[in-house]
Order: sequence, then C-alpha cells, then structure tokens
Amino acid sequence: MVTEELTDIWVYLATSPQLWLTMTLLVFLFSTWLNRRLGGSPALHPVLLSMGLLIGILLLTDTDYDTYFEGAQFIHFMLGPATVALAIPLYDHRRQIRDWLAPLLVAGITGTTVAALSAIAVGAVLGGSPASLMSLAPKSVTSPIAMGVAEQLGGLPSLTAALVLITGSLGCIMAPAIIRLMRIRDDAVKGFAMGLTAHGLGTAQAFSISATAGAFAGLGLSLAGLITAFLLPLLIAWMPVG
Amino acid sequence: MNILNGLAIILGCQLAGEVLVQLAGLPVPGPVVGMVLLLGGLIWFGAPPTGLRTVSETLLRYLALLFVPAGVGMMAHFQLIARDWLAISVALVVSTALTLIATMLALRAMLAMRQRRGRS
Repeated sequence: MVTEELTDIWVYLATSPQLWLTMTLLVFLFSTWLNRRLGGSPALHPVLLSMGLLIGILLLTDTDYDTYFEGAQFIHFMLGPATVALAIPLYDHRRQIRDWLAPLLVAGITGTTVAALSAIAVGAVLGGSPASLMSLAPKSVTSPIAMGVAEQLGGLPSLTAALVLITGSLGCIMAPAIIRLMRIRDDAVKGFAMGLTAHGLGTAQAFSISATAGAFAGLGLSLAGLITAFLLPLLIAWMPVG
Repeated sequence: MNILNGLAIILGCQLAGEVLVQLAGLPVPGPVVGMVLLLGGLIWFGAPPTGLRTVSETLLRYLALLFVPAGVGMMAHFQLIARDWLAISVALVVSTALTLIATMLALRAMLAMRQRRGRS
C-alpha cells in the first residue's frame, strides 16, 4: 500500500532532525519571498511569518516543540556566535564611539532604562504575570542578547524572541511619525534612536534614511545590547516586581 | 582556511565568555562576554582578519533566520499569552514609543550641550 509506505516514511522522518531543520529553512525562504511580494512591510516581517507558518504546521501535524527543536537546534545554536560577531560592527564604529562617547552613553543608558522600566511598569499595572514582565524587559534589544538576558531574569526566552520581533516592527511603524512630531533633523539622532529601540529591523530602516542614520543605528543596537546585558540584571535585582 | 580561522576565533571567544560567566557567576549571557572579549582583542591587535570578517558578516546577514526556532517555541506559551495578551500588547506599544522619544530627547540635549560648551 502506498499510504502505508508514506506513513512509514513520515514516522521515520518525523523523529529525525533532518525534517524540521529543512522545514525551518524552506519556510523562512518562502516567508522572505512572500514579504517581498507584499511590499516588504515590517508588520509582516519574514521571521514573524515563519513563526506563524511553522507553528501552524506543527499544530496540524500534531508535532510537539521538543521534536521540532531536535532539528531546529542547529540553526538556534548559531545565535551565540552571531552575538559574538556583533563585535565587528562595534569595532568598525570605534572612532565615532570615542568622539561621541559621553552623549551616546547618556542617551543609551536613558533609552534602555526607559525601554525596560516602561514595559515592566505598564505590564505590571495591567496585571501581567512575572514571567511575562521578565520576558518583556529586554524587548528592545537584538534577539540573541535579549533571549540570554530574559533567561537570566527568569523570563521565557522564546516569548522574548517573539516580543523582540514585534517591538522591531512597531518601532519601524512608529519612528517616522515620532521623528516628524519631534522635529528631529539630525540623521545621527534618528538612526541611534531607531537602532536602540528597534534593533536590527530599526537599523535596516535607518539605512533607508541615509548611511549616517544606518551607521548610528548599528551603534544604537550594539550599545543597547551591551547596556541591557550588563545593567538590566542589576536593575531588576533592586526592583520589587521580580 | 581563512574561514575556519574566523570561525575558530568566534567560537573560542564564545567558549571563553561562557567559562568566565560560570567562574565569576556573572549575571550576563556568555556570548555577550564573548563579544566584549572579541572587541577587546580587535582593539588590541588591530583590524580583524578577512576570514573573521567574512564569517561575522555572513552570520549577521542571516541573523533573522536564527530567531525562528526560538520564536516557534512561543507555541508552548499560548496559555500565558492568552492570560497576559492585553498587558503585553499595551506595554509593547507604549514602551516602544517612549523609548524612541526618550532616546532622541537625551541624545539631542547632550549634543546641543556639547556644542555650546565647544563654542565658549
């Protein structure tokens, strides 16, 4: 029987890492293509599309997350090396950092503190549980760092990964209006705020304003990551909500 | 071989970062310490070798893909999201707007202050 053979193949594949590793890659490629076809909107970022599609496929095939992760872990592992690799753009911007050190540090610490505390405060007022609040805290930071920080704080790294991406999309959607309202003319200021608030997605959009905005967005992204990784655990330790 | 050298440097920094975090009991993710170690090394030794740059740029160019496996893990937290969706979504929108505003205000004020001091 053909169906029996197919079932056998499915049973074999479903337990081997090969299937979900390949599926992750294929779904991501499809999502990237779809996002481009739909005009590249940050609200339909390929990562958000991929997550939705894969969750749908897993639910339909009645596959649990642990089985999926057996295969997907090979992609997931690369987040660590990618975090280390962030040192390269930081090194490339070292002159700008040295020249503007004090203003960038003050703005960076202000921004990351506001990002974490306002999210925790609003979430707490609306009755969010501690696990949700700790997953929200590092939401402005680039995912590999945010997930590590969330884990340290007692949040849920996978929830954080999704919140980080939604924050990135929101930042890209809101930034142009806020820049206009605040009458910001300096591209460096625009870019830095976009990178700090909306990490990689904000940085990509800043590059569409100008190369200066893009470079400062990269700087905002890296600084936000460093400041959050080192300061947020200390800050949270002093707070009553943790 | 260049690429392998680059990969070895990155994995080496990550491993050193993880070991340092464990030994010192730091409240920071190991790879972040690895990033600081690599940055320190680059500043100490000068420009990154081509292999290291190639590996890093490749990793960062496809960074988006690397988030997918963890993001799918959200499916394990549907109950929490169903409970907290209002708190989470309002917090995201309000906090993202506040972060943009606070960062731009702070940087603009600091730059204006510096310029004034530079002129006097």
